[in-house]
Amino acid sequence: MATFLGINLFALSGQLLIGLINGSFYALLALGLAIIFGLLKIINFSQGALYMLGAFGAYLGLNHLGLSYWWALLLVPLAIAAIGILMERTLIRPIANEDHLYSLLLTFGIALILQGLFTHWFGSSGLPYAIPEELKGGTKLPFMYLPNYRAWIIVFSLVVCAGTWYLIEKTKLGAYLRAGTENPQLMQAFGINVPLIVTLTYGFGVGLAGVAGVLAAPVYSVSPEMGSNILIVVFAIVVIGGMGSIGGAILTGLAMGVVEGLTKYFYPEASNTVIFLVMVLVILTRPAGLFGKPA
Amino acid sequence: MNKKLTIALLGVALVAPLAIYPVFLMKILCFALFACAFNLLLGFAGLLSFGHAVFLGTGGYITGHLMLNYSVTPEIGIIAGVICAGLIGFVYGKLAVRREGIYFAMITLALAQLAFFFYLQAPFTGGEDGLQGVPRGNLFGVIDLEDNMTMYYFVLAIFSAGFWLIHRCVHSPFGQILKAIRENEPRAISLGYKVEQYKLLAFVLSASLAGLAGSTKALVFQLASLTDVHWFMSGEVVLMTLLGGMGTIWGPVIGATTVVGMQNMLASGPLANYIHVVMGVVFVICVLAFRNGIVGELQKLVKKNF
Repeated sequence: MATFLGINLFALSGQLLIGLINGSFYALLALGLAIIFGLLKIINFSQGALYMLGAFGAYLGLNHLGLSYWWALLLVPLAIAAIGILMERTLIRPIANEDHLYSLLLTFGIALILQGLFTHWFGSSGLPYAIPEELKGGTKLPFMYLPNYRAWIIVFSLVVCAGTWYLIEKTKLGAYLRAGTENPQLMQAFGINVPLIVTLTYGFGVGLAGVAGVLAAPVYSVSPEMGSNILIVVFAIVVIGGMGSIGGAILTGLAMGVVEGLTKYFYPEASNTVIFLVMVLVILTRPAGLFGKPA
Repeated sequence: MNKKLTIALLGVALVAPLAIYPVFLMKILCFALFACAFNLLLGFAGLLSFGHAVFLGTGGYITGHLMLNYSVTPEIGIIAGVICAGLIGFVYGKLAVRREGIYFAMITLALAQLAFFFYLQAPFTGGEDGLQGVPRGNLFGVIDLEDNMTMYYFVLAIFSAGFWLIHRCVHSPFGQILKAIRENEPRAISLGYKVEQYKLLAFVLSASLAGLAGSTKALVFQLASLTDVHWFMSGEVVLMTLLGGMGTIWGPVIGATTVVGMQNMLASGPLANYIHVVMGVVFVICVLAFRNGIVGELQKLVKKNF
């Protein structure tokens, strides 16, 4: 058995891998929250429910429509984005000028509805979703066995995160979005259709939750409660990272996944709570968050 | 007129258990106190805590634990529960008041989840089973609370005391400063008020009163469980306050009565499996069309027509 300073390297690298996978999901969800917050200044409480919806989309697609994993990975996020766009236009837009706490409560209500409906339809026990044929099996590495699908999750979510970062920081559309974050009135005066950008941003942000949902279906069991549990952790991550920067949200998400994985190895009792404890430390030392600008 | 209304309502509350099942009434009173405590923070200080269930649950667990294992009298059990809830409120409040608005809500929610996992694993809470068969004990060592009627008047007394305290707070200079902070925080700071301390004090008060509601609830149902610390309970108290009317004195009472009554009705009807869905729908309707809540809308109606 490979050990180093009394640490079992097999077990440790296994936990690190799980940490990185969880971190990938945290990063995708935190990124979606940060993008939506940047332009709309609201916290989307239904992000977790839409992530759950993404996983169920993959499950239902496979079992009722014969939709393969790969088609689901393409179509389900688009469907979730469409639902998001509908939500933004019909429910969130009318209260855009009210206190932002109302939109938090509104999206919380939507999350309750979605979670309640799926609990009623599918029960609260998890449903299985098979790993796609192409990604079965794994690779033997010096310290561990790396299942292909898990490697795929990390690679794919990193590509999505990096692509989103590039889109926002380096393209013209991204420039519009950043300008809208700074000063929407001025941008409107320049003749840019701000309401359209807001709608597309919201759709894109929740679409990321859909991507995370489809990715998660084969590794976590598909259950109605999968969204609410992860969302609260993602909230803590958003507080840790601060919502000022896109790259910050991605990095904090991944880092917190790794921290959680390490805790699972060294002190498993605290693995559920370690991210919240990190949040407490950050509030005490850097109230604006690691990447946030002090107010 | 308000005084007359209060006396009339107190009269109704005194005779109510003759007509309605007392345990149901006690449930309403406990949740009404919980919602009033929450409203002190949201309605008057403008702080949305999304983790208030922690204080309800803490009160319940501490009281339940003491009553079960040390057979203390109920008033000691309740006082201990309130103090513990207040202490946690102090720590959580100290952390949360460093951020505002949406961050405040997220921080309180995350801190509440931290407490949830703690209670899930801690040996004295009974984990998933919770604390069952909590004895109600003898009040001051003499009055037996096992009888539901006696218990009802005890709960009514606790609720009235808590409600009166909140009423006094809101109408004191302290309450006025809270409202000033809610309306215009920079101005309150420029006038020399230490805003964070006022917020913290409001948070501790609110947490302690929520703990009082939780301790009482644990005695009423002789049960303290994870349901009371779950995030869903935190959402429920937001709904009660929003539906009844935030920032009004009677709103949370009406809201709690409506929500508890609604859940009771739904539980036995065809919609039993849809309780969360119905609550979600009520949330959405309240936010979209009904932001003043029942009491707020009534007040508007009265103002317009009389």
